[in-house]
Amino acid sequence: MTAYTATVTVRLKRGVLDPEAETTQQALERLGFELSDLRSADRFEVDLEAGDADEAADRADEMAERLLANPTIHDYDVAVAER
Amino acid sequence: MVGVTVAVVQFGGSNCDRDAVRALEHVGVDAERVWHEDGLPADAEGVVLPGGFSYGDYLRAGAMAARAPILAEVREAAADGVPVIGVCNGAQVGSESGLTPGAFTTNASARFQCEPVHLRVERADTPWTAAYDEGDVVEVPIAHGEGRFEIGEAAHADLVADDRVLFRYCDADGNVTDAANPNGSTDNVAGVLGERETVAVLMPHPERATLPDLGRSTDGAGILRAFT
Repeated sequence: MTAYTATVTVRLKRGVLDPEAETTQQALERLGFELSDLRSADRFEVDLEAGDADEAADRADEMAERLLANPTIHDYDVAVAER
Repeated sequence: MVGVTVAVVQFGGSNCDRDAVRALEHVGVDAERVWHEDGLPADAEGVVLPGGFSYGDYLRAGAMAARAPILAEVREAAADGVPVIGVCNGAQVGSESGLTPGAFTTNASARFQCEPVHLRVERADTPWTAAYDEGDVVEVPIAHGEGRFEIGEAAHADLVADDRVLFRYCDADGNVTDAANPNGSTDNVAGVLGERETVAVLMPHPERATLPDLGRSTDGAGILRAFT
């Protein structure tokens, strides 16, 4: 078994309104920053032990499917690194 | 009705469970609060998933409660035809658990909104709306920060084709307009049906529009009479 960190990034699907991101963008603009757009995402770092990186990725993928993301509004990706 | 006992499922952070019991009793339904860890009583003849902030809205509103073991029992009961309704946070729990299609997420305003709204009854042939006629306008309050109904395009087409929209936000005259949409919900959807018509979720609070002493409307009582 090897120790991995699986990083799951959950973001709204393209086209789904993100009022929090819009509000954040407006706040940055009020501070004088110039920007074209802003998107936000949730990142989960999951430490786990697995036989190989594929197994670690599969398990993190299932976590995203079953809880971390809501497939109606979210896309997600999983990246695995040895720790 | 004698013999009907409705379980109002209480999670940590539920805060409309007592209101639901009071409102149900007002319309003659025997109701009791059930702590989620105690499981669904075998004799429950109806289920209410009440409003509140279960699990502090961690991750997404309703996400944690939807994965609590009692929801598996609620889904089984729903599949057996037991009437189940989710209100506000209960609607979020219901959609997160797959009882109904779509998702409820952050209001377009990015604000918590607590205000009376008008709803158009889109189906009158369900237990929840038997007290109304199709096209009736009812006034029921909302109180939510994450009530914007979102659903993918294909799933929305199915929802409409299957006639599973129960209520839409409208103006006082029943016109479904952008101006009457309080939270940016897709297609002004305020409440939907599950696979069976005995399963429904809605963001507005019928239990807050049932007791005459509470304020301006008792229009929500008809929804709760589904259990009688």
